[in-house]
Amino acid sequence: MFAFIVSRLFQALPVMFTVSLISFAMFAYVGDPVAIMLGQDYTEAQRQALIRDLGLDQPFFVQFFEYLKNAVQGEFGLSYRLARPVSDLILERAPATLELSFTAAFLALAIGVPMGVYTGLYRESWLSRFFLTISLIGVSLPTFLIGILLILVFAVMLGVLPSFGRGDTVAIGWWTTGFLTASGLKALILPSITLGLFQMTLIMRLVRAEMLEVLRTDYIKFARARGLSNRAVHFGHALKNTLVPVITITGLQLGAIIAFAIVTETVFQWPGMGLLFIQAVSNADIPIMAAYLMMIALLFVIINLVVDLLYYLVDPRLRGSLAGSAR
Amino acid sequence: MPLLEVRNLRVEFPTRRGVLTAVDDVSFSIDEGEVLGVVGESGAGKSITGTAIIRLIEPPGRIAGGEVLLAGRRIDNIAPEEMRHVRGKQIGAIFQDPLTTLNPLYSIGRQLAETMQTHLGLSDRDARARAIRWLEDVGIPGAAQRIDAYPHQFSGGMRQRVVIALALCAEPKLVIADEPTTALDVSIQAQVIALLKRLCREHGTAVMLVTHDMGVIAETADRVAVMYAGRIAEIGPVRDVVKGARHPYTEGLMGSIPSLTHRVERLRQIDGSMPRLTDIPRGCAFNPRCTKVFDRCRIERPDLMATDGPTRAACWLYAKGEARDAA
Repeated sequence: MFAFIVSRLFQALPVMFTVSLISFAMFAYVGDPVAIMLGQDYTEAQRQALIRDLGLDQPFFVQFFEYLKNAVQGEFGLSYRLARPVSDLILERAPATLELSFTAAFLALAIGVPMGVYTGLYRESWLSRFFLTISLIGVSLPTFLIGILLILVFAVMLGVLPSFGRGDTVAIGWWTTGFLTASGLKALILPSITLGLFQMTLIMRLVRAEMLEVLRTDYIKFARARGLSNRAVHFGHALKNTLVPVITITGLQLGAIIAFAIVTETVFQWPGMGLLFIQAVSNADIPIMAAYLMMIALLFVIINLVVDLLYYLVDPRLRGSLAGSAR
Repeated sequence: MPLLEVRNLRVEFPTRRGVLTAVDDVSFSIDEGEVLGVVGESGAGKSITGTAIIRLIEPPGRIAGGEVLLAGRRIDNIAPEEMRHVRGKQIGAIFQDPLTTLNPLYSIGRQLAETMQTHLGLSDRDARARAIRWLEDVGIPGAAQRIDAYPHQFSGGMRQRVVIALALCAEPKLVIADEPTTALDVSIQAQVIALLKRLCREHGTAVMLVTHDMGVIAETADRVAVMYAGRIAEIGPVRDVVKGARHPYTEGLMGSIPSLTHRVERLRQIDGSMPRLTDIPRGCAFNPRCTKVFDRCRIERPDLMATDGPTRAACWLYAKGEARDAA
């Protein structure tokens, strides 16, 4: 088990190395940081000094090595636009994005899985058809449109929920949370629905398809032939067998939710990393973009590791092979 | 009073091209402790008959008529929840492929305990102790150590032993074994049949043994029913059906079995093949292949009737007033 985790972490190294190479390459090929930082008026001496300060006169590999050394320590340099350390900016914004993402993922799972089980079991009922129709809307409507529609209905017409921002937050150490205040929770509702709706319908459809598949298998028929209760058959034998693909997709979707909260954060002016990133893109603020890229890559690596560990918990058939590969 | 009585059972599958009758007017009974063999070609309706008795026919298939009585009580029209208590507790089932009938995610001990706890209300500890005894009974070596093993850690033959334990562990009065050895290695088949025979004799369990292997039937069954195109062609004591078949189809079937004691130049075969459910011929379904066919066979469908031997056959040759040399 431990050996498996270690071997997985070693596999992650080349991935992170490649991503850092790509993110570093952005400095060299996307815009000229010196020109951006100096602005309109500068002397040649100022320019040379800045190039030296930034280490741009060094050979490529020396620069890359410096970059890696700093990145490993969590240092990604100064934001061109805000002139503050990128790591500080990201840490400041991370709680907002993570709280939003996990709420959205939680909603997607807590609603999507039961709906998927229900529609899988009672294919013909009108409620199932209703859920499926709704899910079609969730899958096909773009996120920004859902966000705008929700704002229109709940913030503009009904006026019950805020249309932007995080509300009041409480600081716990460096982490700021909106979970502890009423306005924070209210502010969380619309964005998390917007962000989670697509995932919810995706999970629902996935669970439904897997349930239909699993319910046809011999072991479900045999479980019924043994006279087990419907509850045991549906939620024990059947649902558990749908979990491996559901875990895979949910894991990847969680990564996607965090990485691509950008649209939702823009619509709701949510002060998270997505908003930071989109502002960085429009200003060619490369250190932020590079750091964001690295962070998202790391996130996916971690999620994949967790997904693999969950497989291990769910499916005994994989335990043997995992132990084998680690030996 | 027979343990199981099936009267005029009819199973239909609605399809786009009309209703298919997979089981047509089938009647038979099984006494306590008796082994009834059901033989026939693929698609003859033998498995469907077994599945219909425990009411696990996949929709849209349905029981369209007839009655099923267990110990004198109808079970074809009781509530699903009541039927659930019949399955496992009063009628056990063994399926064809042991590789797919066990849930891969649960240990075999858990599956055994769960079945017994559902029907017998045992404590966890008692259920586990009994599960170990059952595994010993079906000949799993090292039962106490292997009780927490998962299905994939067993060979096919061992898994079928576990399936037999699962079918018998709630002490049902009847077991429906649907081709229990077809998926197994030839060398294992005899062992598994011997095991099933021994356990059922010890527990006084009646068996409905569905198979297309006449060798298994001859060795195991007390009586045998031969099915053809959804109907019973002939039914009677196993010795009489094997040695003195009255129905031309049974005769042909028995003639096609190679024998070790008699030298024959060429095995007999029945020309043609069983009709598909979509185009069952008028009259006796066997008439296009029958060597003794006469006019009445092409028009009227025969029911089971007494013959000049101990068996009953659905054949006009034995109708009163019908000359035997009519062909």
